[in-house]
Amino acid sequence: MRFKCAELKEYQIVGKPLSKTNEKTPIYKMRIFAPDEIVAKSRFWYFLRQLKKVRKVNGEILRMTLVSNSSPTKIKNFGIWVRYDSRSGSHNMYREYRDVSTTGAVTQCYRDMAARHRARAHSIQIMKVEEVKAGDCKRPIIKQMHNSTLKFPLPHRILKYNKKSIFVAERPSTMQ
Amino acid sequence: MGFTRFVEIGRVAYVAFGPDEGKLVAIVDIIDQSRVLADGPCSGVARKAINLKQLHLTKFTIQIAPSSRSGAVRKAWEKAEVSKKWEETTWAKKLEARKKRTQLNDFDRFKLMKAKQARNRLITIQAGKLRKQLKAN
Repeated sequence: MRFKCAELKEYQIVGKPLSKTNEKTPIYKMRIFAPDEIVAKSRFWYFLRQLKKVRKVNGEILRMTLVSNSSPTKIKNFGIWVRYDSRSGSHNMYREYRDVSTTGAVTQCYRDMAARHRARAHSIQIMKVEEVKAGDCKRPIIKQMHNSTLKFPLPHRILKYNKKSIFVAERPSTMQ
Repeated sequence: MGFTRFVEIGRVAYVAFGPDEGKLVAIVDIIDQSRVLADGPCSGVARKAINLKQLHLTKFTIQIAPSSRSGAVRKAWEKAEVSKKWEETTWAKKLEARKKRTQLNDFDRFKLMKAKQARNRLITIQAGKLRKQLKAN
């Protein structure tokens, strides 16, 4: 089932233009982040059309594989190069996210871009996603997590799920 | 009077809701302000990223290095006897009592009613004695 709010999946799509004569045509491989296969294929053609003179009509997808997460229990820092359309122009960005998987980081990126720049998914192009070593990270919000003795409390804790006491006589304590 | 329970590597936390509800995990690493990498080898929770909103911090911590493997976490957990100490806390006992209450059958509820009745009768008797004393004075 496809849910817009679920994490994106990473697909590796390989495709090539069909040749009218029997000559060899170049083969292109792309790394697509999409919620499902159909959108993945669509985005593949969208990008390929922009980058090369190929259209879905004149091309074929040779292989599409779902790339699974290589280390889901290792925390990584991701640098994501994005190109997005704002209301008045197109801009490049470099953003950093800390996550356990590439798809998690890219999903975070989409959510973040929507929140901070009101950019919708259709106007975002993920150009490159790379795992970045801790020392090479640029954003302070990511760098602050690079501390092996990091600790913080959870102050003013509001527990929203607490269904057993909706109406109470006294104000609930938010301490710890 | 400051904060005593911190989100830190080695902090033992109780999973309050979600698929692993009711189990204890250890915080193995911190992902960001709202998520941690948690592992509960002695409580049957696979190592995963959990949102801090699901966790209730306990007062227990274990000595582990950042991003220790599950084996190391298990060793530290058993060394600190976390499971045993947790069972002895009032928190755990209250949870157990709550669970028992939901699993009562009709006969158990009858027994509970009778036990409560007996207790309340004793209280009433004592209260009556105190009332009489007040009246006398």
